[in-house]
Amino acid sequence: MKVLVALKRVADPDNANKVKIAAGGTAVDTTGLEWKTNPFDDYALEAALRLTENGKTPKKREGEVVVVTIAPKEAETTLRAALATGADRAIRVEATDGDLDGRLVALALKSIVDAEKPDLVLMGKQAVDGDSNQVGQRLAELCDLPMATFAATIKEENGALLVGREVDGGVLTLRVKLPALVTVDLRIVSPTSVFSRLTEAGFKYNDGVRFAPLPAIMAAKKKPLDVKSLGDLVSGAQLSTHYTKFERPPQRSGGGKVKDVSELVEKLANVSKVI
Amino acid sequence: MADALVVAELAEDGKLKKSTLSAIAFAKQALPALGGSFSILVLGSNTAQPAAELASYGAAKVYTCDDPSLAHYTAEHYAPTVAELAKKFGLVVATATSIGKDLMPRVAARIDAAFASDCSAVSAEGGKVVYKRPMFAGNAYGYCQLATPIQVATARQSEFEPAAPSGGSSPLEKLAKVAPGAAASRVEFVSLEAVKSERPELTEASVIVSGGRALKEKFFEVLEPLADALGAALGASRAAVDAGYAPGDFQVGQTGKVVAPSLYVAIGISGAIQHIAGMKGSKVIVAINKDPEAPIFQLADYGLVADLFQAVPALVAELKKRKP
Ligand SMILES: Cc1cc2nc3c(=O)[nH]c(=O)nc-3n(C[C@H](O)[C@H](O)[C@H](O)COP(=O)(O)OP(=O)(O)OC[C@H]3O[C@@H](n4cnc5c(N)ncnc54)[C@H](O)[C@@H]3O)c2cc1C
Ligand SMILES: Nc1ncnc2c1ncn2[C@@H]1O[C@H](COP(=O)(O)O)[C@@H](O)[C@H]1O
Repeated sequence: MKVLVALKRVADPDNANKVKIAAGGTAVDTTGLEWKTNPFDDYALEAALRLTENGKTPKKREGEVVVVTIAPKEAETTLRAALATGADRAIRVEATDGDLDGRLVALALKSIVDAEKPDLVLMGKQAVDGDSNQVGQRLAELCDLPMATFAATIKEENGALLVGREVDGGVLTLRVKLPALVTVDLRIVSPTSVFSRLTEAGFKYNDGVRFAPLPAIMAAKKKPLDVKSLGDLVSGAQLSTHYTKFERPPQRSGGGKVKDVSELVEKLANVSKVI
Repeated sequence: MADALVVAELAEDGKLKKSTLSAIAFAKQALPALGGSFSILVLGSNTAQPAAELASYGAAKVYTCDDPSLAHYTAEHYAPTVAELAKKFGLVVATATSIGKDLMPRVAARIDAAFASDCSAVSAEGGKVVYKRPMFAGNAYGYCQLATPIQVATARQSEFEPAAPSGGSSPLEKLAKVAPGAAASRVEFVSLEAVKSERPELTEASVIVSGGRALKEKFFEVLEPLADALGAALGASRAAVDAGYAPGDFQVGQTGKVVAPSLYVAIGISGAIQHIAGMKGSKVIVAINKDPEAPIFQLADYGLVADLFQAVPALVAELKKRKP
């Protein structure tokens, strides 16, 4: 199986409360925050690796994993990290975040999909900087692919995937025939959430994503990394989402303490009047 | 002048989902910028009952599309019909439920429209619609305008009070399902394992009792009596769900459900950025945690530093004393 994984780098999501708003409210300022791979995209890569191996022999890739990002040159560290973890090839499309919106990212990725013809496109359900949650669904439509968003489990069948999706009321299972597109949710990296056709039913992965061993980090420097320009992929690439203003949310005034449960109940009943 | 289209949502049993009323509220708030009216589209295999219900909200029209292939929602079958009708409108909106989030970007791509997701407010500025969106786990709000002829959006349910019926009866119009692309024949609904519960829905509850990793296998044993005493819905942190203590659809947070009840009780939850993003809009927040430095306390109106395994049963007993 050939899998294409879309990766985006984002400002360190665990320190998202340190983002600043530039003077005049014209931009979100993330200086001082480290770049990290969008966690959901790390999970998508892990799912791609699990789908292209026998869980028992993770060093042997059965098929191909290609990673792609649309980002400036510094984001090549994100791609190299993915190559070290097990991806075979990388593509970077030159653009800055300011050149992009969800519509353009999806259009650019469509032209990559057309050229690469993967059996499966795997991506995160949302990039946790913009929290937009749209590129996967858009890309599926542009490529006329069946999709399963918010995947918590994936089981490979003959020419299809059985995907368990976390939805509002529970778990919804879809079967999508390949080629298809899947966006992943948090639980996709649980020990028994992804099974390729080669992985035995009782197999358990370690919880979470795998880490690249040191020799692999060295070897990844030699793996192919192609660079393309956004203009070559999308003609007349014009933004259609224009941010005019940013602001900080109002701060809550918390920090109150109670000494025991009877004071708590008294406050809830007589001060806040919520019970 | 342009009109707005609301895409309604039905539950698996075919009943109208209350979440739809938030999208109606959104559409009404966008009308000053659009200058037109709003209509509603409902799709399913038997829309008569929900359509009748929707006819009392003041819509210019209620469109219905009935087809056996629409009995279970799949974006591949729904999007073409929504996108075709959308061409008559300037703005198309649904509520950001798991269906709205799945469907609307696909609709947007089909008509090459820009899309604003999970909006917390909508307003008019110089005749343009301005969408307010939480970003960076709710640590910034961005205001954006969409430059395509048709605009697509989803509304954050907790930020839009459900629209109230305004009487009258909107005219109904039947639509034929638009033939879908090849993708539709390659996706198959297999099953929905619904989490059954007598409790209110998380996104609609006025009180939520939410548990974290600290609950361990005693998640339900400890929290159910408290939820019963408060008439609350149950929620959870990611860590509690990942560990299998609570089902996935309990998760509150940046990437789970966003809630804004009048009372949110966080028990054994540390208060990570991603969790806070989903509950900081709550009116009153209570935290019970044994670590006095836990970040959740900075947010809580009433913090109780205590071992939850003692404090929660004591709290239940105290509540019972009040309400015999
Ligand atoms: C991409 C991404 C998305 C995420 N999305 C979400 C999301 O939507 N929602 C979410 O919740 N998280 C989310 N997370 C996870 C988040 O970062 C935290 O890891 C998670 O919220 C922690 O859950 P917790 O508070 O239950 O566990 P912990 O952080 O382990 O906290 C447990 C708490 O319990 C307390 N405790 C322990 N024993 C007791 C006791 N006996 N009595 C009282 N207190 C006790 C401890 O002091 C501690 O504060 C996301 C993470 C990532 C990377
Ligand atoms: N600039 C980008 N380059 C590559 N992939 C991206 C980019 N932006 C978004 N994606 C992919 O699209 C998913 C959803 O992003 P979004 O719709 O922006 O929340 C992400 O998890 C990535 O897999």
